[in-house]
Amino acid sequence: MEESADNPKIDRRKFLVTGIRATLLAGIGGVAVLTARKTLSGQTVWQLDPAKCIQCGRCATNCVLAQSAVRCTHVYAMCGYCDLCGGYFKPETKTLTTGAENQLCPTNAIKRRFVEDPFFEYTIDEPLCIGCGKCVKGCGAFGNGSLQLQVRQNICEHCNECSIARNCPADAFSRVPANKPYLFKGFEQGNTKDKK
Amino acid sequence: MKKRVALLFMTILLTVQFLDVYAVQRFPKPEFESGYVQPETLQPSPRAELLAVMDLVVLVAALAFITWLVLKKRSRMGVFWTSLFSLAYFGFYREGCICSIGAIQNVTLALFDHSYVIPLTVIGFFILPLVFTLFFGRTFCAGVCPFGAMQDLVAFRPQKMGVRLNAVLGLIPYLYLGLAVLYAATGTDFIICRYDPFVGIFRFDASMGMFLFAGILLISGIFIARPYCRFLCPYGVLLNWVSRFSWRHITITPAACIQCRLCENSCPYDAIDMPVTEKNPEERPVTLRKLILISLLVPLFALLGGYTGSQLHENLAGVNGKVQMARTLLDTAALAVQPEPFEITAYKSSGKPASQVYAEATEVLRQFYTGGWILGCFVGLVFGIILARRLIISYNADYTPNKGRCFSCTRCVDYCPVTPLPKEERI
Repeated sequence: MEESADNPKIDRRKFLVTGIRATLLAGIGGVAVLTARKTLSGQTVWQLDPAKCIQCGRCATNCVLAQSAVRCTHVYAMCGYCDLCGGYFKPETKTLTTGAENQLCPTNAIKRRFVEDPFFEYTIDEPLCIGCGKCVKGCGAFGNGSLQLQVRQNICEHCNECSIARNCPADAFSRVPANKPYLFKGFEQGNTKDKK
Repeated sequence: MKKRVALLFMTILLTVQFLDVYAVQRFPKPEFESGYVQPETLQPSPRAELLAVMDLVVLVAALAFITWLVLKKRSRMGVFWTSLFSLAYFGFYREGCICSIGAIQNVTLALFDHSYVIPLTVIGFFILPLVFTLFFGRTFCAGVCPFGAMQDLVAFRPQKMGVRLNAVLGLIPYLYLGLAVLYAATGTDFIICRYDPFVGIFRFDASMGMFLFAGILLISGIFIARPYCRFLCPYGVLLNWVSRFSWRHITITPAACIQCRLCENSCPYDAIDMPVTEKNPEERPVTLRKLILISLLVPLFALLGGYTGSQLHENLAGVNGKVQMARTLLDTAALAVQPEPFEITAYKSSGKPASQVYAEATEVLRQFYTGGWILGCFVGLVFGIILARRLIISYNADYTPNKGRCFSCTRCVDYCPVTPLPKEERI
């Protein structure tokens, strides 16, 4: 302190630096307050809206993961348990067998199981699914639309910016609250079992 | 009368049908007789929010610990081991997301787009390193940032780069920051995340191009220490500004400098300011000429930059989805292409009128025009100031770390032969 009293130049510089430091601190604080005002809802995650999805197939190829975090999800509550499943069989299929030549899925990720005449249960083998959406398209075109593409949140890397969202032609991706991380189409309606 | 009632009834029925359009089931849900139990649709949860809070706690702890190591312990080994921890936690465990560098874009988007909700952790990752830097210098860069930590590990044979080359390459981060803010503010893209070279390494998964980019950075990083930090990192620009006014900062010598020159070549990042002690005040006409030159050149560069930026706004906006959509719709040749592009299919199924697409694109272009001016002015201004700095001689008695550029890695400290003062004499 004694030194600086002899040399007013240092004092002036010190004063300036302190002033700028205070301004910067106020600025950083200001940004924090401005942004924090609307952060009460907590974490968000990426999800795609099946109502907007056009099943272009880009989910399978645009994820940062080699095997996309978007997988087909089966909403059983909406399923008609059809024998001739539009999501399972290729359109021109003659014999309804589980032969590979009949299957729409390129990775054999849909398992077909007989329940009772004439109903069949379809299960997605999630580790095999690549999220190409072929079955989703088929089910939506000929069936109830119970097969839907969804970002599986246990697989998703939660990138700051989703690289599929960037390339989605239908703008179907959005950030949704982490406590409600799935957007199924018609799920609530299908869930009410007594509805006639 | 009966007809009217019937009509009303029909209308109500029809309305109900329309409301229920999603739930239309072509095939009714079967009623099983064999006692089949319908499986539940699995909805695995994302990572718990508590863990996000833990990330923040680890960030604060790591920042505090490394600051103590740098400023109090002056321990290179300590910094080294902390950087290894950060690389493991923020890098390989958290897989590089969210990081402070990318958080610039979230904060920008939150400031410009009122519908965007920014998570608290992201604000923390943006603000905390800045606050620490304002008080203690860039200790965040020393070994908390996983990018810095990774590059620090491979800096085996650092070469001197020379003042001019450093200054020229040092312009890139400003441009990168400006572009990142422009694209984030317009809601176009997060370019920092998109061209993030190291996140692929942390995830062991990336495109060939990104792996190549990371490889080039790491291999060149053997000779050019921390190439990303010095010549690309946009967050480094902010830290640089803030660090210049830091309250405390690492010093090379623990006491008084004895001008032994041992530390002269110790900094791999060319961040040590050499002493400039000869004070021959320049002639008055010379300083006056310099002053006029600076006060003319700097605004001129800013204006030139701004004009260039505004002229380029259509090119800059070219990557915006809305602008691309409008261009596709205007291009009749693209509309005739078979099979139809997915964008057109999605546009048709959305039922949006073309006029709305054009209006949105025009609005984005307008934003980019303003943004182009601001971006250009900013880059021009920075260029002007960097040039002006070359004209001003600043005097400096001892070997000191440049507060803006120094990463507080504490390498230079080990070269200083001066023994620390006894505790009671320290400042």
